[in-house]
Amino acid sequence: MSVLTVSSLRKSFGGLHVTRGVNLDIAAGERRLIIGPNGAGKTTLFNLITGELSPDSGSVRLFSNDITRVPSRRRPHLGMARTYQIITLFPHDTIIHNVSLALLGLSPLRWNPLIDMKRQSHIVERGHEALARVGLGHIAERPLSQTSYGERRRVEIAMALAQKPKVLLLDEPFAGLSIDERRDVHRCLMSIPRDVTMVMIEHNMDVALEFAERITLLHFGEVIVEGTRAEVVADPRTREVYLGH
Amino acid sequence: MSARIIALVAAAALLITLPFWMPGVYYLNVASQILFYAVFAIGLNILAGYGGLVSLGHAALFGIAAYATGYLLQHGFGHPAAILIALVVALASTALYAVLSLRASGIGYIMITLALGEIVWGLAYRWISVTGGDNGISVHGRPEPFGISLTSAGAFYYTCLIVFVFSMVAGAIFVRSPLGAALKGTRDQPRRMNALGYHVWAIRFWASMLSGLLTAIAGVLFVYYNQFISPQTLALTASAEVVLMVIAGGASTLFGPVVGAALVVIVKNVVSGYLTRWNFLLGAIFVAIVILMPEGLVPGSARLWRLAWQRMRQPRKGAEAES
Repeated sequence: MSVLTVSSLRKSFGGLHVTRGVNLDIAAGERRLIIGPNGAGKTTLFNLITGELSPDSGSVRLFSNDITRVPSRRRPHLGMARTYQIITLFPHDTIIHNVSLALLGLSPLRWNPLIDMKRQSHIVERGHEALARVGLGHIAERPLSQTSYGERRRVEIAMALAQKPKVLLLDEPFAGLSIDERRDVHRCLMSIPRDVTMVMIEHNMDVALEFAERITLLHFGEVIVEGTRAEVVADPRTREVYLGH
Repeated sequence: MSARIIALVAAAALLITLPFWMPGVYYLNVASQILFYAVFAIGLNILAGYGGLVSLGHAALFGIAAYATGYLLQHGFGHPAAILIALVVALASTALYAVLSLRASGIGYIMITLALGEIVWGLAYRWISVTGGDNGISVHGRPEPFGISLTSAGAFYYTCLIVFVFSMVAGAIFVRSPLGAALKGTRDQPRRMNALGYHVWAIRFWASMLSGLLTAIAGVLFVYYNQFISPQTLALTASAEVVLMVIAGGASTLFGPVVGAALVVIVKNVVSGYLTRWNFLLGAIFVAIVILMPEGLVPGSARLWRLAWQRMRQPRKGAEAES
């Protein structure tokens, strides 16, 4: 059964065609890797799927429901979460506050102007649980400004997981990480259960290939190769435009 | 008992007993002004400090509430009805203001609020049949809640104090609430907040409404204090002044706008009696604050205090280690 279906998705910025009729069909529980050279339109594709950009044409379906015109703020409520290529967190707050904000985003409590946020024990407990899943439970109260880059990456993943998504979009989760940090993030991603479908953009092929079951290669906004790990790596077009000879 | 509670109890005692030891009615009136300008600054701080939306037209909302009160009193309405309707009119204006200005953020928001403020100022100046134009509107008398006349400086001071405490408590509750946290989130990472499922525009809209309510309450107090309202009250300089109160005291802190309001009102009303060029002094103080404490007086003082405390403790620790 398809969880996420992208059909003939097109997006242009003036004369620049960033995605040219992209089709994707992602099955439940799948681990899909999106690769491609810089400027291939990978992040734009994510922005179109999450609704941060509106497509010129084409459609996005989540669990067979057309969500192309659904505002991006509604999509997390439908089970879609994402992380960003450039870490986008709340630097003045603690780690647990960051995760609590993610939890509140899906709760009707977010409109409440009268209760004390820190006393919402069910939110705080669930935040601690999400942090424990990424191995940051012991530093939950630490200000984000006092954390390493790798820890921040894991906070991003914890925020996404806290929302109990059905589809998780990860935009270069290994970018800028040291070898140790990469190992921690990799372990954390591998521990995510199969009820979460994951789509990942990544340039680091060592960790990405270990993660992926199917791979989609984008080039100039078009899907030029798609298949299993072995099929895509063996395809001469992959070597030509991405892996090199 | 923590230092914070001791400081709060001392401040409360000081404010409650102020009419008994303040030398003369003039200074008591200055204290009343500080309090209602502090309410105005707390209102703006919700938007500018916690929401990152610096409004350069907030004096228009302050003025609309003051004008509405004056106009209704002039047309025979009683005090309670005039106050209530004025607050409703100001809130409706705030909603319109928010719908128009929240189309942008950053510089765009500042420019739209500046333009809206100028439009309202122009209306106050030119719509003579309603506003009295340059002559303004005079108000006679003050309300008598529960039979207590507010005509004396002391009674009016306590009214301002009650409203001020209400505003501080409302501000503190809001900031700690999920909606307050969401507002701060939209200030720091609006894109991320949207991706987390928050309606960024609606959060900013409701913050604007709370800000507008506090601003309108301050406007009503102002017109009862001054017994007069003219276009000057909602001019650009008035909006800029309250922005400076917030920035000077410390934006996105609870007490910052109060300290900022006290600074501006004291320099304007007290220092100006001794110094003709008081504007120059006010400007010099702001420049000094920006250079020495860019985060504002309250957080800046707290930072310096922590630094001094650490330095005091370090030699002592060193001496203990040597012994």
